[in-house]
Amino acid sequence: MSAAKAQLEKLPRSAQFMLGLGAIALAAFPLVPFTGADFYLGMLSQMMILAIFAMSLDLLQGVTGLVSLGHAAYFGLAGYALAFLTPQTAPVALWWTLPVAVAASGAAALLIGFFVVRTHGIYFIMVTMAFAQMVFYIFFDNKALGGSDGIYVTFRPDATALGLDLENKVTFYYVTLAVLVLVYAFLRRLLFSPFGRVLAGIRVNEHRMRAVGYGTFGYKLTAFTLAGTLAGLAGYLWAAQTGFVNPELMGFHLSAHAIMMVILGGMGNFAGAIVGAFAFEYVMHFFKDLTKHWQLLMGGFIVLVVIVAPRGLLGLLARRNPGDRA
Amino acid sequence: MSEPLLSAQGLTKRFGGLAAVNDVSVDLHRDRIHAVIGPNGAGKSTLTNLLSGDLPPTAGRILLNGHDITGQSPESIARRGLGRSYQKTNIFLPFTVWDNVRLAAQSRERHRPFNPLHWLGAAARMPAVNQRCERALELAGLTARAQAVAATISHGEQRQLEIAMTLATEPTVLLLDEPLAGMGAAEAESMVALLQRLKADHAMLLVEHDMDAVFALADVLTVMVNGQVIASGSPADVRADAGVQAAYLGEEHA
Repeated sequence: MSAAKAQLEKLPRSAQFMLGLGAIALAAFPLVPFTGADFYLGMLSQMMILAIFAMSLDLLQGVTGLVSLGHAAYFGLAGYALAFLTPQTAPVALWWTLPVAVAASGAAALLIGFFVVRTHGIYFIMVTMAFAQMVFYIFFDNKALGGSDGIYVTFRPDATALGLDLENKVTFYYVTLAVLVLVYAFLRRLLFSPFGRVLAGIRVNEHRMRAVGYGTFGYKLTAFTLAGTLAGLAGYLWAAQTGFVNPELMGFHLSAHAIMMVILGGMGNFAGAIVGAFAFEYVMHFFKDLTKHWQLLMGGFIVLVVIVAPRGLLGLLARRNPGDRA
Repeated sequence: MSEPLLSAQGLTKRFGGLAAVNDVSVDLHRDRIHAVIGPNGAGKSTLTNLLSGDLPPTAGRILLNGHDITGQSPESIARRGLGRSYQKTNIFLPFTVWDNVRLAAQSRERHRPFNPLHWLGAAARMPAVNQRCERALELAGLTARAQAVAATISHGEQRQLEIAMTLATEPTVLLLDEPLAGMGAAEAESMVALLQRLKADHAMLLVEHDMDAVFALADVLTVMVNGQVIASGSPADVRADAGVQAAYLGEEHA
């Protein structure tokens, strides 16, 4: 029941208030002029992209109870797709590269999901990691795919059809914020939809779900594919934002970081994934500035949060209710 | 005699060398409670698991409403109209009673998971599902407890919830595995009354240890020992059967 304990599906007032404040702060940030603003704009854009990525994982990890240790593969694939589709000399249009890149991630998730969602628990973790490592090494070992050095994305996608210049840092920042808000709204709605309730039922008691007549395989495969697709959306934005892709984007470390972001913020409600992604990145940068042994501090921080706030940072805001002791 | 809603012939389940269920045949009819009794390890629960698809049979054939369901998955058997409850309470503990039953009721909608329409609608606003849910809660006598979290209600109420979830799927055949297990006298009495009410609309297989309940409810009684049926017939006949008295019922019922 430990996974169930961590849910905060209905967000307490305090959490809603805090999310609203956060959104306003993010929206207002580019309006405040100060030195080094460009650097922080980029950093915040990246945090927002990672928050989208963490939410996509939360659909599996927190909602459906499937802990994937290979989620970065779908993040990286869409990024690579953009890199391959972008010519050296001119930008490429957003309107078709975005769907193609995101569909590539979705298709990979559908294919891999077909095999992995048959497994349970620890085996699911192992198999998702194994497939992601395969994808990683296909790119890492293949010079034609950029090899270990990766590929530059020389231009950001061209969105002039939408009246947007993505090369402009502020424009890109706001586009990323809009995507973050839209993905969050979509996933929150999904959480309380008939589909979302089935996923939650699978997390709590898959056996009983089958006994009342749900074909859980189809539901898990759909969730896996959807999560991979949304990870692809984040990966596309990442490649566009940083102008560079390398195999690390599909690597084990990023997959593990995403799991920690979701746990850190609080699982199963998507708001926690956002909080977790920002907190993780912020604390990581903080420790990195402090010492090159930052990973030691980072590990300690995660352990501390898990002990002090078993329901994640967001869980600190919620008063306990009787159901949580289940 | 009407056609049986569920008919199993020659069901056998072997675990290695052990035949947990050996050549058992059962016919279940509407408006008739078929009780199965037997000592621990007789194969009653295994029989239930074979009929519900939780376990595939080694041999034998099962027909549900005329369809061969032998070896099918539990979910497809459930969708064909078979509902079961579990001996060991098998519910969604962190959810409210309402959400437990609502989820079971929603399964009748037969959604396709990949249909985006069902990703965006509100699960709480599905009138047909809510109606099934209300009806099942009322039948099981849990209406007043709808908003309680399943983990916090009493054991007897959890047993009622088991039944409510099963009913919410609107099955034609009910398999109830020890619905009275661990219940107090008053709770058991209301459960017996509930099963009595459900009889008219369902074909029912009842696995139960509580002999008072069995003799109060059963229209047909089957006695299993070591995976085999040693007697089957009307409760009066079975009670009089010398083999059964020796093997199972013991001195007190003789």
